[in-house]
Amino acid sequence: MTDNWPLWEVFLRSRNGLHHQHVGSVHAVDAEMAVANARDVYTRRGEGVSIWVVPSAAIVASDPSDKDELFEPALDKVYRHPTFYEIPDGVANI
Amino acid sequence: MYSQALDVRDDAQPDEAVNAAFEARVAAEEKIEANDWMPAAYRKTLIRQISQHAHSEIIGMQPEGNWITRAPSLRRKAILLAKVQDEAGHGLYLYAAAETLGISREELVDQLLAGTAKYSSIFNYPTLTWADMGAIGWLVDGAAIMNQIPLCRCSYGPYARAMVRICKEESFHQRQGFEIMVTLSQGTDAQRAMAQDALNRWWWPSLMMFGPHDAESTHSDTSMRWKIKRFTNDELRQKFVDVTVPQAEFLGLTIPDPELRYDEAAGHYVFGEPDWSEFKAVLRGEGPCNAQRLAHRRRAHDDGAWVREAAEAHAAKRATQ
Amino acid sequence: MSPTSEPLLTYADGALVLSHRLSEWMSNAPTMEEDIALGNIALDLLGQARGLLQHLGDEDELAYFRDAQEFRNPLLCELPNGDFAHTIVRQLFADAWFAEIWSALAADADVTDDVRGVAEKAIKENAYHWRHSSAWVVRLGDGTEESHRRTQDALDALWPYRGEIASPAWYSRVETVLAEATLTTPPRDAWTQRSSADGWHSEHLGYLLAEMQSLARAHPGATW
Repeated sequence: MTDNWPLWEVFLRSRNGLHHQHVGSVHAVDAEMAVANARDVYTRRGEGVSIWVVPSAAIVASDPSDKDELFEPALDKVYRHPTFYEIPDGVANI
Repeated sequence: MYSQALDVRDDAQPDEAVNAAFEARVAAEEKIEANDWMPAAYRKTLIRQISQHAHSEIIGMQPEGNWITRAPSLRRKAILLAKVQDEAGHGLYLYAAAETLGISREELVDQLLAGTAKYSSIFNYPTLTWADMGAIGWLVDGAAIMNQIPLCRCSYGPYARAMVRICKEESFHQRQGFEIMVTLSQGTDAQRAMAQDALNRWWWPSLMMFGPHDAESTHSDTSMRWKIKRFTNDELRQKFVDVTVPQAEFLGLTIPDPELRYDEAAGHYVFGEPDWSEFKAVLRGEGPCNAQRLAHRRRAHDDGAWVREAAEAHAAKRATQ
Repeated sequence: MSPTSEPLLTYADGALVLSHRLSEWMSNAPTMEEDIALGNIALDLLGQARGLLQHLGDEDELAYFRDAQEFRNPLLCELPNGDFAHTIVRQLFADAWFAEIWSALAADADVTDDVRGVAEKAIKENAYHWRHSSAWVVRLGDGTEESHRRTQDALDALWPYRGEIASPAWYSRVETVLAEATLTTPPRDAWTQRSSADGWHSEHLGYLLAEMQSLARAHPGATW
């Protein structure tokens, strides 16, 4: 007897203006059931105004072992940050 | 990627450097996430711990669900229904967290139904009166919170996040239980007696929830190093007693421990020994309700098979349209 | 229809008794997700019942200290859960009924504010319940042979209980779902069970109330 229903990842937007955030996963046979299950499991206390469910199999994740090549190069480009630049005293609005 | 899609990496032949890097990350309080490399033993321990916790929530619905249909006021009925519903939700958050480690919910459920998975010993006790709803909320959820709050900082990200969610909800559970105890202890003679009787029956099993003495606790050292466990069994048990005794005094109820007394010098309560032979018996399956709890879960699962099959069949039909 | 106390009591008792039946599913549902879903519906219905009972008097006096003959719920609500198909078809029927009554109540100028408040909240809750019950009736009706047979059996068994709750709008909603579920809808003019308006219920309500009321009645006057 198989009852291994597909796994869906659940994302909730807690209020307008914010991004959807990952909160966990649910099992469901189809998208309609996934939304209903996500609503019942993850929003009993008014935690959300919007739900996204995505089949887990559809998620592509970066490989943690690629962390260095993906993310380190950004760290030493300090000129991307405003604090790198000196503005003389007395100059306003910049 | 999660569960079936999870690429379970090279855990079997860890090289020294990789292992050392992992240990360093954990020691530095970095969180380990689903796709990160981890030793096979870390993965295995987590699966065991998280799934036991999940099973406990699901089984726990039974003793508490036992009084929904007899709740003596509509307000209490609503609260208890919400609480038991939360427990199902907690089970699901935890199964979801366990699945990030590469095991399926189906496998975990099969282990529970086969009787090979453990769940908290406390749920093998019967709920005999309405006051048990108060005692369970106050003591059992209180003990659970004590275990669970440190887990909010556990090294494994998905488990830690599930625990944050659960702890928020659990404090409602404990408060509603204590509120029941307050109402009963300030009520009629019969209600007061009911409350005292429930305390008498649930006190020692609640202390046993923290597990055996540290000296006899097998998995502790690695679990502590891997920050899956933050405090020892005895530390948590002591903390629970220190916190709970004043609450019992407020209720005007007597804790059924003749050795209980406050030690000024130590700043702690001294208390008696739980009956460890009873604890071991319950773990062996010889508790009052072990067979009943498992039979109930199996029956629900078996009775529901045709429903689950129907849902799958229908979805398959729709998919081909 | 002007909502005198009797209709309000019918709605309150219907919601109360049906909520009680649904709560019996906790830890027994076919999936853990359904434990939560059915629990959610039970809680919503209980809230609706409480809102109306509070308007009519003391909610606990009314719930725990009336005898079966004083209850005014439709018979459908007190029937045992049976299997999941039975429960879901019963829920479909009840949800279609509640949809009509809540919207009528919310639109009624003669209704007091507190009752209107209950109805307006209930409309939203009911919309969600309807989604759940109609989706499941379709899944079960158009699922496997076994689920189809069980759902057809449930439909045939429960159809006679529509007498107290059916209306043209009710038939239209329900029959649409039953057709999509590939079920055979019995004729509209098939026989119906008598109503419970005179307090003459089925044998089931006595047992239900015996359990529900036992503890409260064992300690009359106590606060919980």
